[in-house]
Amino acid sequence: MPIKCEIVSQDRMVYSGNVDMVVLPGDDGVMGILPNHSPVLTTLAFGIITVVTSTERNYFTVAGGVAEVQPDQVTILADAAENVEEIDEVRAEKAKSLAEKHLKEADTGIFDDEDAARAALRRSTLRLDAIHRFRKSQKYRR
Amino acid sequence: MASAREMRLRIKSIKNLSQVTRALQTVSASKVRKSMQAVEATTPYAEKAWKVLLHLARQPGHQSLHPLLAERKEKKNTLVVLMTSDRGLAGSYNVNVVRTALNYFENHKMQIAYIAVGRKGRDMLLRRKKRVIADFSNLPNTPRFQDVSSIGWLAVDEFLSGKFDEVYLAYTKFENMLNQSPLIRKILPLEVDLVDDNVHDFNVTHHKQESVFSYEPGQAEILDEIIPRFTALQIYQAILASQASENAARMVAMQNATDNASELITALQLEYNKARQQSITNEMLDIAGGAEALAQSMSKAKIEGLSQP
Repeated sequence: MPIKCEIVSQDRMVYSGNVDMVVLPGDDGVMGILPNHSPVLTTLAFGIITVVTSTERNYFTVAGGVAEVQPDQVTILADAAENVEEIDEVRAEKAKSLAEKHLKEADTGIFDDEDAARAALRRSTLRLDAIHRFRKSQKYRR
Repeated sequence: MASAREMRLRIKSIKNLSQVTRALQTVSASKVRKSMQAVEATTPYAEKAWKVLLHLARQPGHQSLHPLLAERKEKKNTLVVLMTSDRGLAGSYNVNVVRTALNYFENHKMQIAYIAVGRKGRDMLLRRKKRVIADFSNLPNTPRFQDVSSIGWLAVDEFLSGKFDEVYLAYTKFENMLNQSPLIRKILPLEVDLVDDNVHDFNVTHHKQESVFSYEPGQAEILDEIIPRFTALQIYQAILASQASENAARMVAMQNATDNASELITALQLEYNKARQQSITNEMLDIAGGAEALAQSMSKAKIEGLSQP
């Protein structure tokens, strides 16, 4: 029995489909959801959602939110979510190195303050992490 | 009557003007569509968030479950988020929503303060010496959620800090291209009792299992996450609806302006043609008269010449 998985952010539907497993970054730890999971409402941390179907694995970055788990359904209300395929790797790399430079050395003038640079670093690291996981899973399949 | 030259200039300037209004009309029409699409894109999240909210908030004693759900006993201060446009040329769009808000809160016993979204509304409020605690102007067209979520956070913070006991939205609902209605809606404290059960029931298929839900970390924490986001989303949707209404109002206003301009051009052109014809006729008369006079004097001279010995 597949699970109906929906990932929605405030301004769009990010993903919708029937899947075999969903791995969620819950606030209290990562949880893997298989069919017939008992109903749970959980808050989500900043992290990566893995959606596994019989043919592929999809990765999504998520910046927090809430997930509702039902035996045959997972609904994720995300604050900004994106599919790994939408991520611009070059841009993420660039953002990461800029943020690191800003934090280690001098003010680059790009970020308003240290918090902004730290947030950018966190975002870009997460994006790159998602890309690497996606690549690894592709290699594994071959 | 104005001279032909003056009239020609006037026709030309009206023609230019009607080109501008026609362009604005076309642009507005496409912007309406864009805003409408953006509104539609928010509905999946809104519906699902509302389901989760209802599920949690309907539990007994929900009012004490979260401060954003709790109706306050003593209400002194009200915050109104007023949505208008940054630019004019939109008919009575801005006036309508501002007037509706002012009338609605005129006889309110509470102190009213405003958050102005849009330059026109801010200016109108300031002119009437109303209290404006924040101003969000020059929003991008069809903003993304991140662009405007700060408005929601501000409203939630002001409410939670106790400075305001109620938060209202004043915006313009998009009914259709010709019809937009100003609307006042309470967004905080969030009222979960008033809603039609049939439309937004939490998961119809598992209705009986509601109670077996487990919560991580806890109900209050989940509400903490979801209510502010839902408030911000409501504001986001209202902004998009207002923008759709603004552009629809502008489109209609510009259509009227274009129609009026072409009417004016027809009338002026007729008058100009008449004047032109008149002057040609006058010239012809002059020439004919001159020729006549010449002919007469010639024949007179001939007669005189003949009669001389």
